[in-house]
Amino acid sequence: MIEISNLLIQRNGRDALRVNSLHIQRGETLAVVGPNGAGKSTLLLALARLLRPAKGEIYFEGKSLKQWNELEYRRKLAFVFQDPLLMDMSVEQNIALGLKFRGAEKPHIENQTARWSEAMGVESLRARQANQLSGGEAQRVSLARAFVLEPELLLMDEPFSAVDPQTRAQLLQDLSAVLAQEHRATVFVTHNLEEAAQMGDRVAVVIGGELKQVGKPQEIRQNPADEFVKQFWL
Amino acid sequence: MEIFEVTFLSLQVSAIATLISLLIGLPFGTWLALGNFRGRSLLLSIVNTGMALPPVVVGLLVAMTLWRSGPLGGLKLIYTPAAIIIAQTVISAPVVMGLTAAALSALDPRLQQQLLGLGASKLQMVWHLWREARLPLLAALMAGFGSVISEVGASMMVGGNIKGQTRVLTTAIVLETSKGNFDNALALSALLLVITYLINLALTLIQQQGKRKIQ
Repeated sequence: MIEISNLLIQRNGRDALRVNSLHIQRGETLAVVGPNGAGKSTLLLALARLLRPAKGEIYFEGKSLKQWNELEYRRKLAFVFQDPLLMDMSVEQNIALGLKFRGAEKPHIENQTARWSEAMGVESLRARQANQLSGGEAQRVSLARAFVLEPELLLMDEPFSAVDPQTRAQLLQDLSAVLAQEHRATVFVTHNLEEAAQMGDRVAVVIGGELKQVGKPQEIRQNPADEFVKQFWL
Repeated sequence: MEIFEVTFLSLQVSAIATLISLLIGLPFGTWLALGNFRGRSLLLSIVNTGMALPPVVVGLLVAMTLWRSGPLGGLKLIYTPAAIIIAQTVISAPVVMGLTAAALSALDPRLQQQLLGLGASKLQMVWHLWREARLPLLAALMAGFGSVISEVGASMMVGGNIKGQTRVLTTAIVLETSKGNFDNALALSALLLVITYLINLALTLIQQQGKRKIQ
């Protein structure tokens, strides 16, 4: 579904990420791990076409992103950031936002909003203003806002790093259940190895602006690609 | 009757100038805030300088442009309400522009990426950023209107303070003062203050209503 080849992303004139080769299949969750500043978020922004490659190509369904109409491509995906970044409106309006961007019909918006607010446990909060939510509630709304779009590609950038451990565990459990049902490609960035192993069908290790290794967690543990990966995985 | 005409003309020219400033300042300020291009800082500094343009200097430059011998003299706009609107727009547009840029720059820069990541078109993104910054944008509108309803230098120079044609409240106050009619000048000043207060009160109430909704 997604194929990356010889990718180089530069930010502020400096090399931020190199990926020689990476494939992501439909229905697969790829967890991207690495230390802070390693280039994990850069990978997500590049996949969302919010950063342009200096070199190389990203293919989506066999077609280079350069050939995709930018808006058409971005409407096939949904992005969940580290912070919920909710808009100054009600929970319901926030969840419906992406569907409204796509000009969806009102009954479809209502059905989807009801379905996903229930699935993410925020049904009782629908009328509430977004700024009255706790961190965990806001992140649930942020997830519902992404899921409601039923994207082909779901990009999540450390979505649970700002919530307390108890909420985090519950959110992870809920998210795993949803991802198991929905067959979409998901790229999930985290710096937590446990989280990566729990969420990812495969794990990609990014260190120092380079994709070092991709594989099942136990494969990486047993056969780390180099000393950096070995050290990180300890 | 003259006081009614003068008040009406004051409100009319300042409202039109503010509206034009909004039409120019909002998109240009947005471009300055969200754009990523060479020379952006230079342009921002020019706009910020423009926010402090002395009205009398604007009046002089606009008058020189509109005088019969000036480059736009053929339009015969000098000493007309249109000339006052042009001068007031030159004063107010940088205010709206600069404050729009400041309001949008104060938003979390990731909001842009989040909106695009949810499938917003560029226009939808800008609309929602304006919505997020609506309180400071309303303040920009208030500042733009305030900068022109109260100015006298430009209106005097390009309007000429002609009775029944280009006399506005501020130029009438200057005239009455110069004639020694301080009672009239004070009455007109009070009227100007009340009008300015009422308009700003209305805008402030709208702003506070928005703020309550946010809370």
